[in-house]
Amino acid sequence: MKSKERSFRIVDALLLILTLLPFLCGILLYVLFEPSSEGIEITGARIYFTINMPLQNLPITESQVNSWLVIVAVFFLCLYLTHGLSAEHPTRRQHFVELAIEKSENLVLENMGEYFKDFAPFVASIMLLSVCSSLLTLIGLYPPTSDLNVVGGWALLVFILITYYKFKCGPVHYLKSFGEPVAFLAPLNVISEVATPVSMAFRHYGNVLSGTVISVIVAAGLQGLTKLVFGNLPGFIGKFPFLQIGIPAVLSVYFDLFSGCLQAFIFAMLTMLYIATGFPEDDYKEKLKKKNAKLKLQESTN
Amino acid sequence: MELAIGIILGLCALGAGMAMIAGIGPGIGEGNAVASACEAIGRQPECRGAVTTTMLMGCAVAETTGLYAFVIAFLLLFVAPGRFVNILVDTMSSLG
Repeated sequence: MKSKERSFRIVDALLLILTLLPFLCGILLYVLFEPSSEGIEITGARIYFTINMPLQNLPITESQVNSWLVIVAVFFLCLYLTHGLSAEHPTRRQHFVELAIEKSENLVLENMGEYFKDFAPFVASIMLLSVCSSLLTLIGLYPPTSDLNVVGGWALLVFILITYYKFKCGPVHYLKSFGEPVAFLAPLNVISEVATPVSMAFRHYGNVLSGTVISVIVAAGLQGLTKLVFGNLPGFIGKFPFLQIGIPAVLSVYFDLFSGCLQAFIFAMLTMLYIATGFPEDDYKEKLKKKNAKLKLQESTN
Repeated sequence: MELAIGIILGLCALGAGMAMIAGIGPGIGEGNAVASACEAIGRQPECRGAVTTTMLMGCAVAETTGLYAFVIAFLLLFVAPGRFVNILVDTMSSLG
């Protein structure tokens, strides 16, 4: 029994280490590739290296690498949290996981209805990915969510899902839905259909990026102010960053912690709402009923 | 040439500033949303959670237009000047 407990603990520690290792790798990569520069500047994601492709060179950027690191970390975090589940002796960890899963299932059930209740894992994973990506700023890494390409990819995925559920009643019904309420409004409906993923992507990316930009501008301003006020003091005191202590941290609490979590929640919420409202549930049920009636009729005639 | 580049940079900065006028809209909209949410909570304190969630959702949706403006201002500040100066230099060199 004791040796089993020991091996269990070793696996536990290994999983925890593997959860934290990607972040460490990210910091290491960042430090190794960082061209040390004075001052504060706003740049996009740095390119680590490019792969030569036949059509166009494929740059591997910081945001791509960081999002993969987040994926790996979340994967091992899930393994760690679900390691050693038992019905007889539930641990604290297990209670936490059960609470989280129950919450996410309730959220999906509340917002999407009975038909979509299997969507809970998808919505929860999008939320977790987004939260972890946005919170990467806390350890000084480039957050993948402030890159339009990453968030655009997620929005595209959601758009495909929306269209798939709109197609459930057949292509004719899908095309007809553009002519509502009046036929000549079809172009506007097409525009609003395209605007859905665009606005989702821009909302998430813009929020995270604007937080970064404002933080950088405030930090740069404080740097200048410190130089102006204390710059004339002799020696070490003249170079000490008095005003830069603490004040940017207050902004970080709002822009990184609060805004990051809120945007993840909103992205997941909008995903649920768009998919659930786009799906013509009544028509689909009617269609299923007709289909079943037809099948029964065929069976009875046979 | 220097004058032309100066005009490009100045107009880009001016355009960025003017784009951010769109920040008025989300400000008014979110203010209205939060005011209504406060009223609702004052009237029915027991549905505080649901009202807060809905308010945050509405705020996020109202914020979108402001973020479009922010993206345009960002492009004007950090991307457009380089592009425009490149175009200017290319046309100047092709003209001789």
